[in-house]
Amino acid sequence: MSTPRSLVIAARAMGREECEALAKRVLSFATADETRVTINSGARGNTRFAVNQISTAGDNYDATVSVRSTFGKRTGVVNTNKLDDASLKAAVQLAERLAQLSPDDPEAMPELGPQTYAASRGWSDATASLDPSARANAARLITEPARAAGLISTGYLETRAGATAVANSKGLFAYDRQTALSLTTTVRTEDGTGSGWAGATSHDFALLNPGDLATRAIDKARRSVNPVAVEPGRYTVILEATAVGNLVQFITGAMSARNADEGRSFFSKAGGGNKIGMKVVDERVTITSDPLDPETYANTFSGDGQPISKTSWIENGIVKNLSYDRYWAQKQGRASLPGPGAVRMSGGTATIDQLIESTERGILVTRFWYLRPVDPRTILYTGLTRDGTFLIERGRITRAVKNLRFNESPIFMLNNLEAMGRPVRVSASEAGGPGLAIVVPPIKVRDFNFTSLSDAV
Amino acid sequence: MLALDAARSAGAQYADVRISRNRVQSISTRERRVQGLSDNETFGFGVRTLVGGAWGFAASSELTRDEVARIARQAVAQAQANRAALVRPVVLAPAPATKDGTWRGPAKIDPFDVAIEEKVALLLSANEAALKVSGSRFVNSAMFFLREEKTYANTDGTYTVQTIYRASPTLTVTAVSSDFSDFQSRQSDTAPMGRGYEHVLDAKLVENASRWAEEAVQKLSAKPVEVGRYDLVLHPTHLGLTIHESIAHPTELDRVYGYEANYAGTSFVAPPEQMLGKFRYGPDFMNIQGDRSQDGSLAACGWDDDGVQPETFLIIKNGVVNDYQTTREQANWLDWWYKQQGKPTRSHGCSYAQSWADVQFQRMPNVSLLPGEQNLKWEDLIAATDRGIAIVGDGSFSIDQQRYNAQFGGQLFYEIRGGKITGMLKDVAYQMRTPEFWNAMDMIGGKDSYWLWGAFGDAKGQPSQSNAVSHGCPPTRHRQINVINTGRRA
Repeated sequence: MSTPRSLVIAARAMGREECEALAKRVLSFATADETRVTINSGARGNTRFAVNQISTAGDNYDATVSVRSTFGKRTGVVNTNKLDDASLKAAVQLAERLAQLSPDDPEAMPELGPQTYAASRGWSDATASLDPSARANAARLITEPARAAGLISTGYLETRAGATAVANSKGLFAYDRQTALSLTTTVRTEDGTGSGWAGATSHDFALLNPGDLATRAIDKARRSVNPVAVEPGRYTVILEATAVGNLVQFITGAMSARNADEGRSFFSKAGGGNKIGMKVVDERVTITSDPLDPETYANTFSGDGQPISKTSWIENGIVKNLSYDRYWAQKQGRASLPGPGAVRMSGGTATIDQLIESTERGILVTRFWYLRPVDPRTILYTGLTRDGTFLIERGRITRAVKNLRFNESPIFMLNNLEAMGRPVRVSASEAGGPGLAIVVPPIKVRDFNFTSLSDAV
Repeated sequence: MLALDAARSAGAQYADVRISRNRVQSISTRERRVQGLSDNETFGFGVRTLVGGAWGFAASSELTRDEVARIARQAVAQAQANRAALVRPVVLAPAPATKDGTWRGPAKIDPFDVAIEEKVALLLSANEAALKVSGSRFVNSAMFFLREEKTYANTDGTYTVQTIYRASPTLTVTAVSSDFSDFQSRQSDTAPMGRGYEHVLDAKLVENASRWAEEAVQKLSAKPVEVGRYDLVLHPTHLGLTIHESIAHPTELDRVYGYEANYAGTSFVAPPEQMLGKFRYGPDFMNIQGDRSQDGSLAACGWDDDGVQPETFLIIKNGVVNDYQTTREQANWLDWWYKQQGKPTRSHGCSYAQSWADVQFQRMPNVSLLPGEQNLKWEDLIAATDRGIAIVGDGSFSIDQQRYNAQFGGQLFYEIRGGKITGMLKDVAYQMRTPEFWNAMDMIGGKDSYWLWGAFGDAKGQPSQSNAVSHGCPPTRHRQINVINTGRRA
């Protein structure tokens, strides 16, 4: 049955005028030297399926107001989701009291004045209006073929539709709204010896193809049965785009100029300073962020109201930019630059089949799991392969192999680059949520360091 | 009650509602400045319904009569949509109703009654003590407090009101070598607890800061470990995380039945028919307890989010798998085992949702390794070890989706030779296969060395929800475990 429209809350997110009015209301209660108001509102919906049926689902709506009050160099922050006048006034008063109780912050920066922002584009009505029955239908496009194939499907569909607004007592106002969704599935064989995964994420539900994900996961589940053990060690690997996204996001997550300048980052230079201008990975690698790129739509302003535009972080293997907060930028005589969120990595033209055909002996990886930092000096991570790991011999996939643990750095990996395919947007978050957009290619690299075998399927 | 009535009249056979007011305060500092000072409150409600064996859930932050009724009807409509593909209907195990229950966590000092100035002064004093140590360059410290007031009601007649407290003090010191060629950090062994501000005072940040700073500096000149097999002596500040990953997660019953296969994973402790009463997890002296009652533990509560009063149960008994973590939905799945054991089929009280906006599901309670009969201490285990490594504090951690293959780092690593600590090591991580690791345990500390480790960030479910749990344990020794060196340069 279809869900009555009147009950659907999926498209609720506060509009620009509503946010402006609410921000004005909050600012009218303020007595601090400077006040910033951040408003986040939106709806989230999710449907989970397991053992070929829907297991749980949830829909929620929330709107929160964050008040940041500053007296001189003292600041306090209060967040609340109670939006009546009395609650908002109490929140402002508490933020002001916290600020007055806080010691002077020598790094305090004044609020920005009005800024100009590019109009954001990341909203899709198809995503915002997806209701529980439509989500259930999408889930059935995976559970039905899996059941028909005698396999067991599990998966997750999440939608987000939200708006963010930042306003301050100096007249700054920024507003943006975005949608995002992800659909991922793991299909297992009944005897538990095979498991295949497929997933996708986008801002627009119309760009997702649940049936295609089902086909890919089913195929991998069937082909991954009865894996054999290979000796851990250095291997040539072909990483599907999801596996590349799993690792490359740790590079962009470590690009703080301050940490580098302080000597506690991979981007610290021996002897002092940072690695801007130095070559750190293969010259074919370029990593950019652009909130107006249709595959990496994101907010066009930062949390403190700075405009965000297209930025090159690594260009032809050379570090072009690190992120500078406003204080550190001023201290170092640089322009401030908010950190990379959604990113795109350059690619090549090879198809996965061509990458396989060119490989004498190697391992194909579908995705990684339980990635955790081991050594921040080299961005070294550990983790395991999962849900589709295959041996390549003489240019073709010959059989499934047991999962492997690795200890490897995406920096080392991108120095050992052999070839790249076409970049695609991937579901790079292990938890399967929409998260920030990550667009990366499948790649072939040599000497990937596997350190032990896992019996897990 | 309005929510339950609306859900029932819309066709729900069962419904429950949680209303929660959640207040969080956090203060973070670095060196001589306050980086962040915030006070957050979130308030809302969630309604869960069961219609024809399918779940529905909806939540909102607007607690008005109209919105409550609308959300309840929405949860029913969603359950009806979800029923379309139903294969195995949900059947709840019986649970006695609690008509009017109240429970309050054991906070002696409500953190929200303590002046901000006092908290800030304490953190900045601790930072100052750390910075006095030569070679210590950076220090971050923080406090986090939560007070949740949670009201729960269900259509079986249960009505409970609970107040939950959590407190977490932390401090991390980073030392950087003079030529910028190396940096090392030391995180404090200050586990979060289900207590009030007294937990921060007991952590003695100011008194301990200089020791943590000295240890960070020592790590710069520690000897890189040689790869190989070592006897490991594991401190409770380290072992709690290993228990969390390699015992607590694989004995979650939803994982065992494949419900978490798409993210958190399944479990090697499956199927239950081949595990319960049969599978040897570790030596005879290994007993693993599930509970939500240890004083000051993070999972402690009066009733879970199914409205069930939790009980204490043995997950591993004398080294053999004895039970799993369950909710009302899941207890029936083990009906055959409980009958065999002459026990009633009931939930162990492991239902939990991280907030009013999230649906509850099976989450781990406190899962603890019970102390051994001999009252051995950390020093006794080291004295009995000829060639080994002692590990203090938790570090990097990773484990596969069925919980076989794990890798753990730590905060401090000490070389043991001839029963004595002979120096500090660095770049240490051990790799293990869960059953072999626990069966390689040959020594265990006693009750005087038992300590409650804890964490806020236990992640599971989609959307991923955070659970807060404690894991108590004494120190242990494990023979001949594979140790790798993680200090690669290229």
